[in-house]
Amino acid sequence: MGIGQIVGQLAGGMMTSIQIFVVTLVFSLPLGLVVAFGRMSKNPVIQAIVKFYISIMRGTPLMLQLMVVYFGPYYLFRIKIGSGYRLWAAFIGFVINYSAYFAEIYRSGIQSMPAGQYEAAKLLGYSKSQTFFIIILPQVIKRILPSVTNEVITLVKDTSLAFTISVLEMFSIAKALASSQTSMIPFVAAGLFYYIFNLLVAVGMEAIEKKLSYYN
Amino acid sequence: MNVLECSHVKKSFGELQVLKDISLTVGEGEILSIIGPSGSGKSTMLRCATMLETMDSGQIVYLGKRAAWTGADGTAVYASKKELKEIGSQFGLVFQNFNLFPHFDVWKNITDAPLRVQKRRKEEVFAQAKDLIRKMGLEGKEHAYPCQLSGGQCQRVAIARALALNPKILFFDEPTSALDPELTGEVLKVIKSLADLDIAMVIVTHEMAFARDISDKVIFMADGVIVEEGTPEEVFASGNERTRAFLGKYRDMLSENGE
Repeated sequence: MGIGQIVGQLAGGMMTSIQIFVVTLVFSLPLGLVVAFGRMSKNPVIQAIVKFYISIMRGTPLMLQLMVVYFGPYYLFRIKIGSGYRLWAAFIGFVINYSAYFAEIYRSGIQSMPAGQYEAAKLLGYSKSQTFFIIILPQVIKRILPSVTNEVITLVKDTSLAFTISVLEMFSIAKALASSQTSMIPFVAAGLFYYIFNLLVAVGMEAIEKKLSYYN
Repeated sequence: MNVLECSHVKKSFGELQVLKDISLTVGEGEILSIIGPSGSGKSTMLRCATMLETMDSGQIVYLGKRAAWTGADGTAVYASKKELKEIGSQFGLVFQNFNLFPHFDVWKNITDAPLRVQKRRKEEVFAQAKDLIRKMGLEGKEHAYPCQLSGGQCQRVAIARALALNPKILFFDEPTSALDPELTGEVLKVIKSLADLDIAMVIVTHEMAFARDISDKVIFMADGVIVEEGTPEEVFASGNERTRAFLGKYRDMLSENGE
């Protein structure tokens, strides 16, 4: 098998990796905000539940969480799972894990906002939701961008964990090719892929940071 | 009708009683200065009057409408959210540290609330904003962001932002305390120029000469009570021991200048 063929096979896995990446971000970024609200809720029950959820998500390996999401329905409820569920399990596992991390990032940003911004908004008559979405959130986004970049870069690499539930993403394919071809080339190609992917992420996030640097 | 009537306002933070039964009134277009040592409760009084702080008991009335009063159980009861919103549009507050919105330029800081909150017509709001920017000496700064402005300019934007909502009464919480003497001068000049606008003003300040020149009425507060209240002439010439002690340094300075 030539390099061309290896790269061709890897390209299919690459699409799956990108799919996991995009789906995770699209759902966990907004969901993280909801979780952050729960974490900061004045209702002690909601706050305790959310705190517990975050601590589980942060305190156990993502690999294990993926397995629980994938095998759980069968072991716990004897629900038959088809192979079509694999990718869904990966989406669900990544989204609930990353929402927890993003929630803590949002919380740190929201709590770092000076009280004066809320007070000024109140005096000017802004409603609570207007205050949050027009005054607070845009500033929070600017503040948390470096931490979000970190998390997004980790996500790129974490997509490889989907191999534990046999999702045919980039890393699973590289591993299979490496053993069938007894070659290092698939690993090198996979490494290059993750590296270039992250370079693009870094460039993109830097562009956003620059765009938001018109004030401080 | 008085623009603001506060009566028997009490407020404690834990064990510390910061306001011990404060009553004050502000008439239409009247300028009231509140002076006094740090920790005397001046700023807390302002924060209670603007409802940033919840008082323990007392009554606050704006233009005949009750915003808060003492309920049957002796604690403060506030009007409904809807009523408070309406009452809130009668007053504005200029903060010591401006609290401008850093992600909005000067223009948007001034026009956003009138458009979004008061839902007024664009042409009218823009015309008013232009006028305010001229009055505050901020021409050419419309599209600057707060971080690009000096402290004095920021405070003038904050004043314009408050005025853009057409309040009947404007509170100033030590508006020049964060500024150096030069910038203080320019902000005080701007505040003085507002005296003709017929907006009532309540100014918490440590600028004694300014308070004496601009005010219709001066209140001297210490330890959570109003020690003295009257025209600037009365208060600054007071024989009250506590007032004299506080104003001592300032009065020495005046006599040196032969005033």
